[in-house]
Amino acid sequence: MTLAIAEAAVILALLSAVVPAVLFAHPRLLSRLAFVLLGAAGLAACVAGGQALLSQTSQQVVLPLGLPWLHVSLVLDPLAGLFLFIVGLITCMAACYGPAYVLEYLHQEMGPGILAVFSGLFVSGMFLVLLAADAFSFMLAWELMSVASYFLVVFQHAKLENQRAAFIYLLMAVVGGTFLFLAFGILAGFSDGFSFQTMKGTTLSPTWASLAFVCAFIGFGLKAGIVPLHVWLPLAHPVAPSHISAMMSGVMLKVAVYGFIRFVYDLLGGITWQWGVALLLVGSASAILGVLYALMQHDLKRLLAYHSVENIGIIYIGLGLSMIFQATHHAEIAALALIAALYHCLNHALFKSLLFLGAGAVLQQTRQHDMERMGGLIKKMPVTAVCFLVGCISISALPPFNGFVSEWLTFQAALQGPLLKSGILGAMIPVAAAILALTGALAAACFVKVFGIVFLGLPRCEDIARAKDPSLGMQLSQIVLAVACLAFGIFPTWTVRALNGVTEGLLGNGLTSAIDNGWLWLTPVSPQTASYGAPAVFFGLLASWLIVYALLHPLRRDNRIRIAPPWDCGFGPLNARMQYTASSFAMPIRRVFSFLWLIVEKVEPGGPGTPPRYILRVNDRIWLALYVPIGKLMLKLAERTSYIQGGNLRVYLSYSFFTLLFLLWVIV
Amino acid sequence: MSGLLWAIIKTLCVILLAPLMAGWVKWLKCRLQNRRGAPPWQPYRDLLRLSRKNVVIAESASWIFRMAPYIVFSVTCLAVSTVPVVTVQLPVAALADVIALVGFLALGRFFLALAGMDVGTAFGGMGSSREVTISSLAEPALLMAFFTLAMNVSSTNLSTVIGELGRRDLTLYPSLIFAAMGLVLVAIAETGRIPIDNPSTHLELTMIHEAMILEYSGRHLLLMEWASMLKLTLFSLLIVNLIVPWGVALTLAPADLAFAALIVTGKLMLWGMMLAVSETIQAKMRLFRAPQYLGLAFILSMLGMMSHIVLEVR
Repeated sequence: MTLAIAEAAVILALLSAVVPAVLFAHPRLLSRLAFVLLGAAGLAACVAGGQALLSQTSQQVVLPLGLPWLHVSLVLDPLAGLFLFIVGLITCMAACYGPAYVLEYLHQEMGPGILAVFSGLFVSGMFLVLLAADAFSFMLAWELMSVASYFLVVFQHAKLENQRAAFIYLLMAVVGGTFLFLAFGILAGFSDGFSFQTMKGTTLSPTWASLAFVCAFIGFGLKAGIVPLHVWLPLAHPVAPSHISAMMSGVMLKVAVYGFIRFVYDLLGGITWQWGVALLLVGSASAILGVLYALMQHDLKRLLAYHSVENIGIIYIGLGLSMIFQATHHAEIAALALIAALYHCLNHALFKSLLFLGAGAVLQQTRQHDMERMGGLIKKMPVTAVCFLVGCISISALPPFNGFVSEWLTFQAALQGPLLKSGILGAMIPVAAAILALTGALAAACFVKVFGIVFLGLPRCEDIARAKDPSLGMQLSQIVLAVACLAFGIFPTWTVRALNGVTEGLLGNGLTSAIDNGWLWLTPVSPQTASYGAPAVFFGLLASWLIVYALLHPLRRDNRIRIAPPWDCGFGPLNARMQYTASSFAMPIRRVFSFLWLIVEKVEPGGPGTPPRYILRVNDRIWLALYVPIGKLMLKLAERTSYIQGGNLRVYLSYSFFTLLFLLWVIV
Repeated sequence: MSGLLWAIIKTLCVILLAPLMAGWVKWLKCRLQNRRGAPPWQPYRDLLRLSRKNVVIAESASWIFRMAPYIVFSVTCLAVSTVPVVTVQLPVAALADVIALVGFLALGRFFLALAGMDVGTAFGGMGSSREVTISSLAEPALLMAFFTLAMNVSSTNLSTVIGELGRRDLTLYPSLIFAAMGLVLVAIAETGRIPIDNPSTHLELTMIHEAMILEYSGRHLLLMEWASMLKLTLFSLLIVNLIVPWGVALTLAPADLAFAALIVTGKLMLWGMMLAVSETIQAKMRLFRAPQYLGLAFILSMLGMMSHIVLEVR
């Protein structure tokens, strides 16, 4: 039954992709209908995933589709259920948000139709990746997801910059896909067949297992956006329409994390601590570099995209810890770290989608990408501002919201480091914890900047005056996500109980001690070690606020508030240009960590009539150090080999023929 | 239930006595600088005066500006409620551990910094920018110092940490010494004291905390001022009870509690003296020297953690 609902979700998503073919003459109706179908698909996926997660059962079905000797098989277990729930929820919210957002594309040629086709394919691709139970259908669904999202990135193709972003994205997706083929190839080569069931049963020699791990690490890491493979992410995510950005950043990255967890924990098995160390290193680097690069961005959506790199890093830290503890036979702590990582997947999907949807609303209303031209929006868009604030607090890992809980759990796992009794490992884990602490603090700094510059202060351009809260659907989706951020922060015990099913499936044991002390207390190891009473904290905050408010506002006293111009030091009226800007706000941090970026800063002196200009460019060192040389090398190689391209079809066919012959010879 | 009552009484006591702590340090500082100084209870008079004044709000301010003082104050109160003062036998300690405590303080600072940017003046933005820079370096150092202590007793629960450390003999733990040094450095930065910030300056080149609350008046300013005094007391309590945990009552017996209260008062007064002396003998740092100071705190705390893992884990 549960699996049938999940299949219905896939079919609904595919249907929403077909609608434009029928209704291409009525763009308005088409876009409505496509979004309704997409929303229904999301809802169905949400229900199916939730059921699979809560009932902790696993269902399998073989469809009469696919190759003659390899039918497509689907499976829905708690792990797939969790991610299906996440993807479904965000899809549903994006579908609720979309209809009003795409109105501006209505007058474009083929605008909403193209969008609907590829959104439908993208979502169904993600669903299928989660449900696939054999390598063949997994890769097929994976590529469907990649290609469909390429077209969504390039949707606004009139801008040259978008074309470049999409091209880089496609390139990286192809490279990632190749590595995944190799990874699955190694597994399939040693087990006789492509189905996950047989792959689980085979054990590889350590060398081959490590090789498969490295391939999967790179392949899934490319899609997840870990440092140094992240370069496509801040380019591609911001240029898609905002509800698509929300899905790409909030959900598609999670699908990559799902793939990685499925591959390493479920299919490969035999986890060694070296893998965990690799994840810990890469995760720490992603977390800290992601947040530091984000701090330097002025483009709102690009900033959010860099924060995805950071959050994926936090998830990888959790996974790395769990692998290290699993390999050293501390199953309880391994489960704790894995739950922390999974919890952060859920949280990141919620608050990052919320922030992208909020950014989209700001974008739609002000027509500005650049934070330096925003300001004072809290008065024009109150609902969006409140929801965005909730997102900012959550992503900054502040209590009592959800981001705090998952980071708290990660810290608790890291603090069990001394159990390892190994000098090197024991020393690595504190470093990871230190980086996590630094990341959290810098993220808070970054979101003070974002909210302060975008929503507070005085408006920095005239478009702000016309801004207002977006349509009801767009507001509703943001409100639902904001409430979810709070709810998952206040009731962590129920979430952990649900996630227990996943770890029980993957590691063989859960984290029962965490929820032993009732719904009020989260006690990951034991009540003496650490406890966090999230509901009590929330109500304590509310209560103390009310008491303070009541004490300071005796009923009969004169509580009048005088509204006056702000203090201008007696020099005359203040204007918006006197405020701190996003660049000046981040300047002290830029100076402290200046060795990390390639900063180009110059002042062009103004002439008569032209004001002086201050130019600041903060470049990604990784791009220059790693990708530019590779690009140059590829171009040079391409030039060398171009002489074999005669442009003649017969020549190309003969190339294919001889390659085929060669391969046959190799196999025989 | 009686435990909860005790916790509320303790929190109220700390909240009510916090201005005295701030006044004490200020008075000592004045005496050390050959000035007569206002009496230690002067902060109470200031707060009373502020409570009587009407509020003036800038026309460009939004609800964030009005709400921030309440959030900052109540969050700080909540943070205080989780810190053991005279006894470790409190049920509220399970509410939140040290990580949550740091989280509370960060939440308060988040709103404080937003309030600074809300009005749209240059001062507010400047203060917020400096505050988040300093705190984003201080907060990890603080967490690392706490983690070192937590790993030592394998618990992040403050009551357990203090109780466990208090039960130990006077053995030399290198990790604790490093952590203590880190903690002191961070505490000075977090409470906005010299050499990082100067609570008694309004000079635009140097102020951090004062720049953010420049637009506040009346009861809003009262809450902001009180919250910062409370924060000073909170960090003082953490320092005296974590570094010198002896004297904190391990039971709820009245005699123990009275004795512990006496000891804690003594320790706080002593810490206030040390603060006053250190503020008198050194000058405020340039803003861009602060990262080095905080880097030192971070490295010290990291060293503490490393030395715990390398030397003390068996």
